[in-house]
Amino acid sequence: MLELKNICYEIEDDNDNKEILKNINLTIDEHFVAITGPNGGGKSTLAKMIAGIIRPTSGQILLDGEDITELNITERAKKGISYAFQQPVHFKGLTVKDLISIAAGKTMNVNDVCGILSEVGLCARDYIDREINGSLSGGELKRIEIAMILARGTRLSIFDEPEAGIDLWSFSSLIHVFEKMRDEIHGTILIISHQEKILKIADKIIVIAAGEIEKAGSKEEILPSLMYTAASCKSLTDKMANENQL
Amino acid sequence: MDLIQKNLLLQIAELHDIPEGAYNIRANGESVGRNTTANIDIVKKEDKDGIDIIIKPGTVNESVHIPVLLSQSGMQETVYNDFYIGEGAEVTIVAGCGIHNCGVDTSKHDGIHTFYLGRNAKVRYIERHYGEGDGNGENVMNPETIVHLEEGAVLEMETTQIKGIDSTNRITRGDLAAGAVLEVHEKIMTHGKQFARTDFSVDLNGDGSSANVVSRSVARDESRQEFYSNINGNCACTGHSECDAIIMDKAVVSASPQLTAGNIDASLIHEAAIGKIAGEQLIKLMTLGLTEAEAEEQIINGFLK
Repeated sequence: MLELKNICYEIEDDNDNKEILKNINLTIDEHFVAITGPNGGGKSTLAKMIAGIIRPTSGQILLDGEDITELNITERAKKGISYAFQQPVHFKGLTVKDLISIAAGKTMNVNDVCGILSEVGLCARDYIDREINGSLSGGELKRIEIAMILARGTRLSIFDEPEAGIDLWSFSSLIHVFEKMRDEIHGTILIISHQEKILKIADKIIVIAAGEIEKAGSKEEILPSLMYTAASCKSLTDKMANENQL
Repeated sequence: MDLIQKNLLLQIAELHDIPEGAYNIRANGESVGRNTTANIDIVKKEDKDGIDIIIKPGTVNESVHIPVLLSQSGMQETVYNDFYIGEGAEVTIVAGCGIHNCGVDTSKHDGIHTFYLGRNAKVRYIERHYGEGDGNGENVMNPETIVHLEEGAVLEMETTQIKGIDSTNRITRGDLAAGAVLEVHEKIMTHGKQFARTDFSVDLNGDGSSANVVSRSVARDESRQEFYSNINGNCACTGHSECDAIIMDKAVVSASPQLTAGNIDASLIHEAAIGKIAGEQLIKLMTLGLTEAEAEEQIINGFLK
């Protein structure tokens, strides 16, 4: 179970303090939890904070009752937190097999890596010795990023917008990976997403906007209010505007 | 060979003992073992220090090992090795130098290797440089490689210097006839106060020739590295040079790639990038459970793999 208590995060912006997260209180003990909400609302900041990449200005983070607020990234990873980046990192020289082995914490043989890659829909033979670099497509990098989380098999897995940067067709096949993960993996899956298909398979949906929890509840409670509302339109248009800028 | 020399041999040639096929092992200025085959002859030079390696046309699937070992502190030598590769031959040549210096004097090996590749000959040339020793004496190596590639010849050159060389000036010169291919992959890591300079210059003289020079290096502590490359495209050819360096601590790295196109159909590209290890690479590996130091090692090992 993950608990966030009175989490605040401020940054200095043009000599002005900007509140990115405002007194977040949250308990996550469901199996598959989705966080959604408009861009710039603080979702990724929150995910990075749970992984230890960002430290809160104030507040507490507890994992299964243990205060992990002061633990660094490595210590949290060893406690069982995994974090899949929104933008997968490139590595010159490190191969898919290398990273899956590092993630698993042991030297993996070809069969082990093969098993994990096939879970995310990649044919291992084609990928095992490929470098993690720009020669792989956005969809392939995302799948490898997810495969690393599967290889770790930790009690809390965080995915930051797995749909970002990949085309619609790749995503619709990726959704099966998450459906399978939901059915087969123990522990908690926390996924930041704008995709209705992801929200629909969540046990709990949390909506974060302007640094605050706007609402949280079961998908039956939350989904109807998100669909076809001004908020969802705004979220969509913001996203399209961002992508056009890129 | 004593244990120190055997270890040097392992480091530079991954050999546990005497290699198979043709070889010449040089230790402290003397040949301590030589073997020739029906197709590969090794002849001591009469006019200067060094050997001629003569490979008959059409020789395939054979290898030549010519390691050089220096375990006597203060030993300094300049050695000339010439390689004559006959038409259509396909061979692997493993060279390299290992220095063990436990004294206070400078040990130095300057190896001048000249390759003459006949038409359509194909050579894979592997060169490793390694130094060790607990004395204060410096280990210095200045390899010079000169390659002449006739029509359709292919030379793949892999050079590695990872540890223990205090000062090096690595010079490579080449000229390529039509359809010839030169592929150079260099890996260097310097630490402490070491200095490494690499200097490539290649003339692409025949239509369809190509050169690809890739250098990956890591500079740690207060070490210094300089990278120079010069590709001259004098015909319809392709040339590419890439210098990619990771800089750490208080190291200094400079890269000076140069291209000269003397023909409208010459297509030449250079890339040079110097930077520290990206923070997001470290963070990614730390989220997989590695400490920052472990993450750094993994990134460097991968980069120089």
